[in-house]
Amino acid sequence: MAKSLDLELAATTKIYGETIAVDAINHKFAAGTYSCLLGPSGCGKSSTLRMIAGHESVSTGDIVLGGTNITDLPPARRGTAMMFQNYALFPHLSVIDNVAFSQKMKGVEKPVRLKKARQLLELVDMATYADRLPSQLSGGQQQRVALARALITEPSVLLLDEPLSALDPFLRIKMRLELKKLQRELGISFIHVTHSQDEALALADDIIVMNGGKIEQAGSPRDVFNTPATEFVARFIGGHNVLQQKGSSVALRADRLKVRKAAGEDGAVLTAFVKDVEYLGSTVNLALDAGGAGDLTAALTDDAFFQDPIEIGATVFLTWKPEDAHQLAA
Amino acid sequence: MTDQTQPVSSTAPAAKARAKAPFSLSRLPDAVTGWLLSLPLVLVLFFFLLLPIAMIVVVSFWGATEFSIYPAFQFDNYEFLLTSPVTYQVFLNTVKYALITWAITLVIGFTVAYFLAFHVRTLTWQIVLFLLCTIPFWTSNIIRMISWIPFLGRNGIANSTLISMGVIDEPLEWLLFSDFSVILAFVHLYTLFMVVPIFNTMMRIDRSLIEAAYDNGASGLQTLTNVIIPLTKPGIMIGSIFVVTLVMGDFITVRFMSGSQKANVGRLISNDIALLQYPSAAATAVILLITVLLVISILLRFVDIRKEL
Repeated sequence: MAKSLDLELAATTKIYGETIAVDAINHKFAAGTYSCLLGPSGCGKSSTLRMIAGHESVSTGDIVLGGTNITDLPPARRGTAMMFQNYALFPHLSVIDNVAFSQKMKGVEKPVRLKKARQLLELVDMATYADRLPSQLSGGQQQRVALARALITEPSVLLLDEPLSALDPFLRIKMRLELKKLQRELGISFIHVTHSQDEALALADDIIVMNGGKIEQAGSPRDVFNTPATEFVARFIGGHNVLQQKGSSVALRADRLKVRKAAGEDGAVLTAFVKDVEYLGSTVNLALDAGGAGDLTAALTDDAFFQDPIEIGATVFLTWKPEDAHQLAA
Repeated sequence: MTDQTQPVSSTAPAAKARAKAPFSLSRLPDAVTGWLLSLPLVLVLFFFLLLPIAMIVVVSFWGATEFSIYPAFQFDNYEFLLTSPVTYQVFLNTVKYALITWAITLVIGFTVAYFLAFHVRTLTWQIVLFLLCTIPFWTSNIIRMISWIPFLGRNGIANSTLISMGVIDEPLEWLLFSDFSVILAFVHLYTLFMVVPIFNTMMRIDRSLIEAAYDNGASGLQTLTNVIIPLTKPGIMIGSIFVVTLVMGDFITVRFMSGSQKANVGRLISNDIALLQYPSAAATAVILLITVLLVISILLRFVDIRKEL
């Protein structure tokens, strides 16, 4: 398999007419890591991925892979491979011919390329389906074939554009595990675009949260979740309340908010009205209206909740440890 | 192909109106419902397709004299047709026109469709340019054909321009009333029949397949031969059937554009009809029908069109 290489974006910019889709972003994707580009639709994450893949021209800035500037190289000569959102398997070719496609384009002889394709199909556990057409496969199977087709080019970086969005929730979690396992085994970098924070937290070694064409925060999942840098990240990553405190914003994890029934208990500082109670299995979420502090969410463990249940419409008092309130950049 | 379901929706209210008591199609057995629903189309096809063909087949066995035709069952017409060298020449000529026209319309049609589908970025421009292609069809095809004559004639625009440019010294004789002008007119008349189905299938090709091919290192030409052409095959086949059947059944283009100097099967039939030799015309028509059906069945061997519609 190919060497794993560092990928670096240097002031990479994409401009469509008047709009700046990606605004001079800098980031280093370390070799052999699983990175997730996370953000709402229109945040520039897909444009970034497509620029890395070479399917979108770079307006200004550079893309450097392992010391080589690949900004203007065609996709096949970059050392990257892309897995498309809808897999983009060739409907007229059998599974094995799909996987062998890039080898055929290079002029590799038929027996050689079919042998190689079969190895890749074995890697993704699809060897028994070699002669089927893509339309005869399920979504998960099509994805494996698309993976094999991308990996046969021996890329240093595999680019995945919302790879799990077309799958049903159960399959999504299963394929998520398989992607991570495959990345560990191959040791190459995966860059995965998603709008699902769960997916990013579960998969990534490195999360890059994007908004409005800029990187809001990049870091390990724990860093991003525990210490969101901005209000946007705190809200987008979920599980956080954003409060105004002494003129600045702080983020407070929903499960760190303590809910008390009596005023003044543990130095409670906020009064809130319980709007709704959501039972989620291992946790119970309270939707709270804290007046001037806005709408808040408190996540209680089911044990804690059912020892002393709280009714909808009750008034509660909120407190938290000072160290749990995390200062946000303005 | 949604057009075929049209009669279905129109029969339901009609059937309801006929019955006085509350009536529902769903109460009938499935088989009866099925037949009732397909009845309008079956009737149309029976009266306007099967019956006329049956008549032609029957008449092709009749006999004829200089001034009358009489019902009979004899093979004289076929015998005369199949033993005459003229028949073979004319059929050969017809097939030649069909093949050359097919090849040229295919190349032009594919190129135009490819340009419209893959190089024109916005849907608005695609529609505008597509409509532009169809504008010539707002005039009668006879007019479109005849307008070539002053252009190609001995002292026509083409010849006088070439002479004044000094490219040639004397007028080109083969421009008009030749195989060249016949095929030119065919190509002019029928290229759109190739463009439309090919454009239609091309528009249904997922754009990410082209990107995937590019991502896998395919050059432009390789993408064309490995991805676009295989996926466009159904459109190519439908266009080919249109062009081949239209050219093989044509007689007026050949008559006008060749100045009655060239013959094809259509002209053979039309001459027979002009001489009131209906049985002989019918026999030629039957042979032509069989030939066209053979050609189409060969074309269909290459691609399963039903799968693609």
